[in-house]
Formats: sequence, structure tokens, C-alpha cells
Amino acid sequence: MITLYIFIFLPFIFALLVPFLYKHLNRRAHTGWFVLLVPLSIFIYLVRYIPDVASGATFEYTLSWIPTFGINITSYIDGLGLLFGLLITGVGSLVIIYSIFYMSKVREALHNFYIYLLMFMGAMLGLVFSDHLLVLYGFWELTSVSSFLLIAYWYERKGSRQGALKAMMITVFGGFGMLAGFIMLIMMGDTYSIREIIANIDVIQGHALFIPALLCILLGAFTKSAQFPFGIWLPDAMEAPTPVSSYLHSATMVKAGIYLVARMTPVFGGSPVWFWLVAGIGLITLLYGSLTALRQTDLKALLAYSTISQLGLIMSLLGIGSLAVYFGPGESGTVFTVATFAALFHLFNHSTFKGSLFMVVGIIDHETGRRDIRYLGGLMQVMPITFTIALVGGLSMAGLPPFNGFLSKEMFFAAVNDVSQAGIFGLSKIGMLFPIIAWVASIFTFVYCMIFIFKTFGGVYRPEKLTRKVHEAPLGMLISPIILGLLVVFIFFFPNVLGKYILTPALTSILPMMPFTPYDVKISAWHGLNLELLMTFGVIAIGFILFKTAKRWIHIVRSYPQGLMLNHWYNQGVSGTERLSASLTNRYMTGSLRHYLIYIFSFFVLLLLGSLLLFHGIQFDFSNNAAISIYDIGLVIAMIIASLTVLLASNRILAIVALGALGYMVSMFFVIFRAPDLALTQMVVETVTTVLFLLCFYHLPKLKKSIDRIPFKLTNLIISVAMGLTVTLLALAANGHKLFEPITAFFENAYELAGAKNIVNAILVDFRGFDTMLEISVLTIAGLGVYILVHQRSKRREQRETE
Amino acid sequence: METLIVILVGILISIGTYLILSKQFLRIVLGTSIVGHAVNLLLITSGGLKTGSAPLLGEKTAGFTDAIPQALILTAIVINFAVTALVLVLCYRAYQNFGTDDMEQLRGSEHE
Repeated sequence: MITLYIFIFLPFIFALLVPFLYKHLNRRAHTGWFVLLVPLSIFIYLVRYIPDVASGATFEYTLSWIPTFGINITSYIDGLGLLFGLLITGVGSLVIIYSIFYMSKVREALHNFYIYLLMFMGAMLGLVFSDHLLVLYGFWELTSVSSFLLIAYWYERKGSRQGALKAMMITVFGGFGMLAGFIMLIMMGDTYSIREIIANIDVIQGHALFIPALLCILLGAFTKSAQFPFGIWLPDAMEAPTPVSSYLHSATMVKAGIYLVARMTPVFGGSPVWFWLVAGIGLITLLYGSLTALRQTDLKALLAYSTISQLGLIMSLLGIGSLAVYFGPGESGTVFTVATFAALFHLFNHSTFKGSLFMVVGIIDHETGRRDIRYLGGLMQVMPITFTIALVGGLSMAGLPPFNGFLSKEMFFAAVNDVSQAGIFGLSKIGMLFPIIAWVASIFTFVYCMIFIFKTFGGVYRPEKLTRKVHEAPLGMLISPIILGLLVVFIFFFPNVLGKYILTPALTSILPMMPFTPYDVKISAWHGLNLELLMTFGVIAIGFILFKTAKRWIHIVRSYPQGLMLNHWYNQGVSGTERLSASLTNRYMTGSLRHYLIYIFSFFVLLLLGSLLLFHGIQFDFSNNAAISIYDIGLVIAMIIASLTVLLASNRILAIVALGALGYMVSMFFVIFRAPDLALTQMVVETVTTVLFLLCFYHLPKLKKSIDRIPFKLTNLIISVAMGLTVTLLALAANGHKLFEPITAFFENAYELAGAKNIVNAILVDFRGFDTMLEISVLTIAGLGVYILVHQRSKRREQRETE
Repeated sequence: METLIVILVGILISIGTYLILSKQFLRIVLGTSIVGHAVNLLLITSGGLKTGSAPLLGEKTAGFTDAIPQALILTAIVINFAVTALVLVLCYRAYQNFGTDDMEQLRGSEHE
């Protein structure tokens, strides 16, 4: 039980050891050899599960993480998880073998490379074996992060950094969407476990959040799996080293979205929205990817778009397969179950041939220094083994016998023909589009596969165009693609071994409601002369003609208008957002104190006046008012005059004196209001403040006339009047609504409690002495501040004098 | 009486705000002083005015005015004074260093 966790977390643990191995052993042996142990041992460990899982058993282990929140690392091994686990570790082992020969021991920072790669592998394994939604999300983001690190492995190149950033932005954007979807799913099902959600499916399907959750989760899946229109990050991710492209961007990470869609099919499968989005977007991606791949002259970009296209194919098959959930057990249900099976089959096949093709491109790049088909050609004689592998992979991708791509393509055609007959979800009207789009896209696929094989290996050999002296790749580099190529052929001849032991259990986990016996679905290489086979003949015939006449029409595809390219829109969007936020920020963050004060005051007025009006706060009660004497009126008038003098004085000494007068009159009010201590303090403080002002005034120079008198500004006037009005209204409203008796009565026992006759002083030093202490600190700090401000200046002056 | 003082407070706050919105550092300091006075007056008003004698226990009267706002204001006055003193010296230093007390000219440059 615990061994499973050891194996899932082994890549992370081993990643910690890599720097030490690199430092101490790199001179003798390539670090990759040690790293190879990790995926190989996990692969062997997982293989042991195959017989049990094939007979219908599942395994579940829980490791407590945050039990109080119900967050635990629950690992769940079923057919689907196992299929992905085997792919991740199997292709992972091959990629590491390949990288040992591809990545130079001398020139490359191998410890970084293998740490990122192991991190990615662990994250992927965690992702496919997680039953807990939040843990799944955690591993999902970890794959994004490690992919980001791997794409930017050669971080000194601009293209790498840009590609990594773009991949990060898009996949994390989708990841957040997916998190939102997961949270909605958790709320609906009241559980974190995917299996429990599937068990409570009836509660979820009628819920109001069903469609939003569906859309959010699909957003995550589509961005990760490079579906239209989010696929634009994948071609840019080709700046990564080729082993990375081969592993992440063809065999594993881009299939995380496929995994998610497959996992969620039992939850969302029956709904028309799910069907149309998954199948529709899948088909669009298929067509878009295959058409765009034709335009590429860079081999890796061609393969990237072909990956996008093939992922679209798998996605659309999953969408079609989800109809099985709608139909349930029965004849129609079984027909669409086969579509899901085809999706899994092609998923596996794609990993084999695309992995080998990327490795082939890596070899070409490594041996010739070029990967642009305009410079390549005639490599057939120079690199016969590489050519054979490319031929196997390329023809399999094109869907020709005797390679596994043929089988999955036939099943794909069968599925699209079936779906056009389904007659639900509006399919009776536009269902015919499915086979047509699939067929056209297959023709394009055939053409770019031909271009890939024959523009690279066929034609004239021109060594003068290549930067290195070309020869066949070393054997070590060829091992992995040869193994993958052999698999491609093996699966064609014995598809049912794979089907029986790996794909059928995976199918059971996607469609648990379909009661079929484990060996229901048979793949047959020869299934009679039927519509699918005719479609394949059509693909080959038209594809061949198109390939032969490519020189005449390829420029039409290549002169695609800039405005229609998704990358163009993405770049425009990014730079537009940056410009917009910059101009927006510059517009209101002016750096002028006055502007900021205007914002603050305006919000103060708007909020307070607004809520006063909104909650009917303007109710005044004047009944408790004390009487007004003639002195009071006189004082008030005098104060208004004094403060107006401060405001309007053109001479600053007048302003300061008027402010002093104002302060003295405040202290007069304190006398009237029976507050002797206040009056005393106010008098003294006002005197000192006025002296300070005068001191400051003395040091200030003669000022220009223009700022001597305050320039009149209407905005300032409106805001200040509004401020005064707000405060007055609030104070009036508050004075009229005294809800409770004051607690003054307690403090009137000052003599009994504190032995003091002056209540105010008793409050200050006895009842609430803490305030006073801190007030003293304020005074001390201000004094120190003043001292430092003045002293520092003299220091600087001394410095200047000594200089 | 309370209403009268509250209106006075409103006027003082208006004038103080107008001063704070001006360009000159010194005027901003003057404005904050006026607002300070206004707030102290508002505080004492909210405790009720002229309802008793001064809060000294020696006096034999029926009731005292509210002592709590007085204690609060006393604290406020001292803190106000401390802040005013500091800001004034700051104003004086800013002028010494930059040769101006115009807030528009004292604003930070774009790329700091």
C-alpha cells in the first residue's frame, strides 16, 4: 500500500538527489543513466497491476494530508489511470534514454534538466492517479510549472522565454477555470472524491451549477490539450529541447486534458452541451491543426500542429463516445462505446508514433544542424535507419496499413459515420458535417505526413545547405525511436492484446454504466469492404494527388492573411491589455498629491452622503440643545472671520497670526464649555505652534506672487463645501440620536476610586493611563524626528564644507 | 448651541479642506491645523454642552459636564501638536533640499 506512494513520489524524491549525482558523478557517467531508474522501476511496478485491473479490480489508497478539511491524497488505480501511468513511465523511460544521447554531458546543465523532467513526471503520475479533485488540481498546476521550466530550459534564448511564458499564461488561465469548475462540482456533490461524485450523479445533473461547472472544467481541458483556439502555445513550446517536446508536448502533458475529459465523461457525458463542445471543438481543432501543419516549414512546428490536430481527433472521439452515456446500455450505446474505445486506442497510438517522430526530428536536427524542410532533402541514403523510423511513424500518422494509425483512423471514420446517424441533439440536421470534416482533415493529414517524410528524406541531397557533416545517428539515440516504431507495427498486428489488457479496463472507468464483458470490443485489421475503407482509399488517392501537385497550391496555404492567425490575436490581446492598463494607471496615478486628495475626499463625501440619503439618516432632533448666548454668537463669527483670513490672506504672516487667533478662540470655547484643562493646554500648545510656524516662516524664502495667493479652483471649492456639509449633516444626525446613557457617571467617582478631584486628570493618568503613555511616546517620537531632520541637514552641510 | 457649533465645525472643515487642496506645503499645514480645531470642537460638542459645572469634584453642584470627551481632546491636542511640529520641520527641510515648497514641483519623477 505504502509502496504506491513511494512510487508516485519517487520522482520528486529522486529530483532532490539529482544535483548531488550530477556534481559527483557527471565526469564519469551521464546523469541520465541514474534518472532512468526512476521511470523504469515505476513502469515495472505498474505493469504488475495489469492482470488485476484487467479482471475488473480497482485499488484505492488514502494518505492523510489535511484531514480536518477532508483533503487527503487519495490514489486510485483503475484502467484509465493505469493506461496513462504506463504511458507516462514507458515513454518517460524511452525519452530519458534518448536524452542521454541527445543532451551533451559537457555543454548542458543536466541537473536542471533532469530535475524539471522528474518534477514533471511526478506531477503527471500524481495527476492521473488522484481521486481527490483538489489534489488533482495541485498536480495539474505542477505540470504547468514544470513544463514552463522545461520549455525555457535554454533560458538565454528569447524564443524559449517567450514560448514558456505563453504556455504558462494559457495553461494557468485554463487551470484556474478548471479549479472554479472543480469547486462547483465539489459544492454540488458535497464531496471531493471523483468516484463519489460519479456515484451521486443524479443530484448533480439537475443542479443549477451543472453547466457552469461543465464549461469551466472544459476550459481547463481545452487549454491543456491545445484545443482550438487555445492551441497556440504548443507550436511555441517547440523551443524546448527535443526530448521535452517528444515527452511533454506529444505523449503526456497535452493528454492531461484528454484524461480530464475522459474522467469527467460519466459526470457530464449525457448532456448536449458536453457533446457539442467536446466533439465540435475537437473536430474544429482537427481541421485547423491539419490545415495549419501544411503551412509549416519547420519540422517541429509541423509536428506541433499535427499534435494539435491529432488531439482534436481524440477529443472529438471522446465527445462522440459520451453519447453512450445518453443512450445507456443497448445497441446504440454500444456503438458509441466503440467510439470511446477508439479514442483510447488512438491516444495510445499517437503517443507511440508521435514520440518516435519527434525523436526523428531531434536526430535530424542533431546530425544536420537544420530542421527546416527547405534546406533538407535526400537524407534517405545517408540516414537509412532514421528514414525507416520516420516512414513507419509518418505512415502510421497518415493512417496507412500496416501501422496502428490505420486501425484507429478506421475506427474514427466508423464513429463519425455512426454519429451522423444518431439523430439526437440536432444531429439529424448537421450530422453530415462530421464525416465530411473528418475526411477532409484526414486528407490534409495525409498530405503533411507525405511532406514530412519525402521533403526531408526524399529528393536531392544537398550537403552544402547543411551546417554539419551528415551521418547516421549513434545507436543510443536510435534505441528509443526504434522501440516506439516496433510498437507501432506490433500494435497493428496484435491490437487485441493491448485492447484486452489495457484499453478495455480504461473504457470501463470512462463508461462505468455500460455493462459489457471485458472482451467485447475487438479491433480487426480487415473489417470488410465498407464505407470506412472506401473513405481511406479516397484519402490516399486525393492526398497523393495533392502531394504531387503541392508546388502549385502550397503558396495559397502559406499566404494565410496575418489577421486570421490566432497568434496575431493573442499578441494583440496581450500588448493591448498591457497598453490599456498602463494608460489607465497613468491617467489616475498622476503623482500629484492634490489629485489623490481629491479622490479621497470625493469618496468620503459620496459614501457618507450617499448612505445618509439611502438610509434616511437626515433626521434632526434639536430638543436637547443648550441655549445660545450673545458671547457664543460673537465667538463663532470671530472664528469664521479668523479662518477666512487664513484662507484668503495673501501675506503668510497674516495667515499664521489668524491661525493663532483661531486657536485662542477655540480655547475660549473650552472655557465656555467648562473645560479648564483643555483651555490651558490649548492656550499653551497654540502659542508654541504659532512660534513654530513663525520659525518656519522665517526660513521660508520670499515666494513668487503667483503662489502667494491661493488660485481659485472650482473643483476645490465644491469638494471642500461638500466635505463641510457632510460633516455637519452627520454630526447633526448623530447628535439627535443618542441611544444610550453616557458612562460618565462612573468617572464621577474619581475621588473614591482614584483619590483625585480633577476628573479629567484622573481619566488621563488613572482610568485610561495607557492612552497617555502612548501619547507621550508620540511626542517623544516627534521630538526625535524633528531632531534628526534638523541634525541630518547640518551633517550634510558639514560634509559639503569639508569637500 | 450644539447646532451652532456643528455648523461652525462644518465651515472650519470646508476651509481646512480647501487649504489642504492647495499647492503650497505651508498652506496644507495650516489647513490640517484648522481641521484639527474643528475635530476637537466636534468631539466636545458630541458630549453635550453647558449641562453642568466643570469636572472638578471640589465644586458642590448638581452635575458635571462630560469628562470623557475632554480627556480625549486633551490627548488629541498633544498628538496634533506633535504631528504639526514634525510636518513643519519636514516642510522646512523639503524647502532646504529642493528649493521649493510647491507640491506640484515636489512630486516624484515617473521612474523612481
